[in-house]
Amino acid sequence: MAGLAAVFGSGAMTNSIEEIENADCILIIGSNTSVAHPLIATRVFRAKAKGAKVIVADPRRIPIILQSDLHLQQNLGTDVALINGLMHIILKKGWQDQTFIDERTENFEELKKVVEHYSPEKVSEITGISVEDLEKAAEYYAKAERATILYTMGITQHTTGVDNVKSLAHLAMLTGNLGKESTGINPLRGQNNVQGACDMGGLPNVYTGYQAVVDQAVKQKFEEAWGATLSDKIGLTATEMFPAVLNGKMKALVILGENPVVSDADCLHVEKALKALDFLLVIDIFKTPTAEMAHVVLPGAAFAEKEGTFSNTERRVQLLRKAAEPPGEAKPDWQIIQELSSRFGYPMDYASPRAIMEEIAKLTPSYGGITYDRLQGDGLQWPCPNTEHPGTKFLHQGRFTRGKGLFSAIEYKPAAEMADEEYPFQLTTGRVHVHYHTGTMTRNSPSLEREISECFLEMHPEDASELKVGEGDWVMIASRRGSVSSRVKLTDVAGRKTVFMPFHFLESRANILTNPTFDPVAKIPEFKVCAVKIEKMDRSDKSISSPP
Amino acid sequence: MEFKTVLSFCPYCGCGCGLLLEVLDGKIVGTLPSKTSPVNQGKLCIKGWTVHEFITSPNRLTQPMVRQDDALHDSSWDEALHLAATRLKEIKEKHGPDSIGVLTSAKCTNEENYLLQKFTRAALGTNNIDHCARL
Repeated sequence: MAGLAAVFGSGAMTNSIEEIENADCILIIGSNTSVAHPLIATRVFRAKAKGAKVIVADPRRIPIILQSDLHLQQNLGTDVALINGLMHIILKKGWQDQTFIDERTENFEELKKVVEHYSPEKVSEITGISVEDLEKAAEYYAKAERATILYTMGITQHTTGVDNVKSLAHLAMLTGNLGKESTGINPLRGQNNVQGACDMGGLPNVYTGYQAVVDQAVKQKFEEAWGATLSDKIGLTATEMFPAVLNGKMKALVILGENPVVSDADCLHVEKALKALDFLLVIDIFKTPTAEMAHVVLPGAAFAEKEGTFSNTERRVQLLRKAAEPPGEAKPDWQIIQELSSRFGYPMDYASPRAIMEEIAKLTPSYGGITYDRLQGDGLQWPCPNTEHPGTKFLHQGRFTRGKGLFSAIEYKPAAEMADEEYPFQLTTGRVHVHYHTGTMTRNSPSLEREISECFLEMHPEDASELKVGEGDWVMIASRRGSVSSRVKLTDVAGRKTVFMPFHFLESRANILTNPTFDPVAKIPEFKVCAVKIEKMDRSDKSISSPP
Repeated sequence: MEFKTVLSFCPYCGCGCGLLLEVLDGKIVGTLPSKTSPVNQGKLCIKGWTVHEFITSPNRLTQPMVRQDDALHDSSWDEALHLAATRLKEIKEKHGPDSIGVLTSAKCTNEENYLLQKFTRAALGTNNIDHCARL
């Protein structure tokens, strides 16, 4: 979100899901859409049936390429070069939307200067994509009346994640594909309420609705509303908290419904940090590997056992209804939090989630018009500043949040850890269609666990034959952080020397291998590229999860 | 026998597909796609179709637990909450508010996320709050 915020002044999916099917060109980049967001993929299929050009840029031959007009198989971590290359071609051919650039953006000259150096030949060499395909992609995207961009973690989970996002935003501004139907730049959110957790101030630098903690007027507003003295010092991100524990600055953690022992990059390091804590409180619905390490574990209610709202990837706030009682003594998290807070000495006494939303609406301009009564139908899309407002289908109509869209010069930088002699393969990670994140929910769903119940490493058949490894054989995969074992699946989904592993499986935790080096601004680790070596294992020797 | 369907939303990816939970005698027994949802228009993916399975899993946590002698033991709410509040207070007093960090959840509701950041900022006194948006 930091990338979009820098260019436009706010970060969220600019357009709505239903608009995708009326686009004339869809650029999918770093998103395994049909696997991770199947119901958005459906809109892409419909657009294609109506004649849209679909471009998929992904280092792997992911299933959605079957529905594409063009697959750009870029080398891992070369997205900035690819996008600069597309902008170079667009400017050379004069396909830019000069009126949009003149009226709604600033700093165009700076972009132009840097993009000048990214000739198709140079970009082809960096990305591995042919000059012909680069030209075709630029033409499809720039010549479309309404072109839209869909992306996910394949773009953000890099040391250059913010650069990647800004580059995509530049491409959309250059061609005037913003502020109107079926265009835009659309991060597809990977978790049901990750948009809401951000909107609600579950971030170290902002209160609700992205109101900055360093802004004195904002601080005063919240101090008055909450009757408390607040800090104007920006807090630590999740990726900074674990190192802070290990260097002794952080002593206690409260973790609500998260499982960093499986989900975080270099997770052996996370485990070490959790062990070093003076106190760890975990609130969850299952006894996750993270909960196993806690001093106190509190049982929460699942989404179906409580009231409340979720905000989906298109900023739509939707109302949950209670279908059943939580099991045993489990309770809704909002009740747990207010009981904890009251005992801590800061009393909270909300009668219901409805009462909490009334307070949110009062303090949050973009949620100002959201009330439970108004959410009974299809929900409401923020910004929704007052109770007469119908909600907002797409953002940036007429003007950007920050006024003019800001171009900047972005140079390509390779991934932090490239393959070398000792670690000759590049590993990338992702999801499979039947599992979700750390598997806490899907691996407790028998019908899903039956489909895929163990980890696999996708490897090119030619690489496999060099290592004398066959389908289903066990291999040990090691990076500079640690090693894990997994069976091999032979496939040419990715190119030579690029391997893929899903990150759902505790038994073969891909995140033991991944590189925690993060983007300097967004602090997102480079999950999507790290260097590994692979050795064939004796079937009998499958020790898992050992440090190097 | 009492049967009803309850409108809800999928807890997996960010699409936010509408679904109907089938409830038989107070127990969730199945999932159906919502035909009127503007997002999914009567469709669900394989994960959405099976959300009732994890909710009713026998592995769900049903009781607070407290660590004693290096193992987690069942406890009462009173004991667990008292211990948590006391330990957090002690640590805040001894090491300052910024010695505590909070990870909120992209799986929990807006209201719960709001309350947890309010607790973090107003009660603990720190802005050390984040969640898995980066993961």
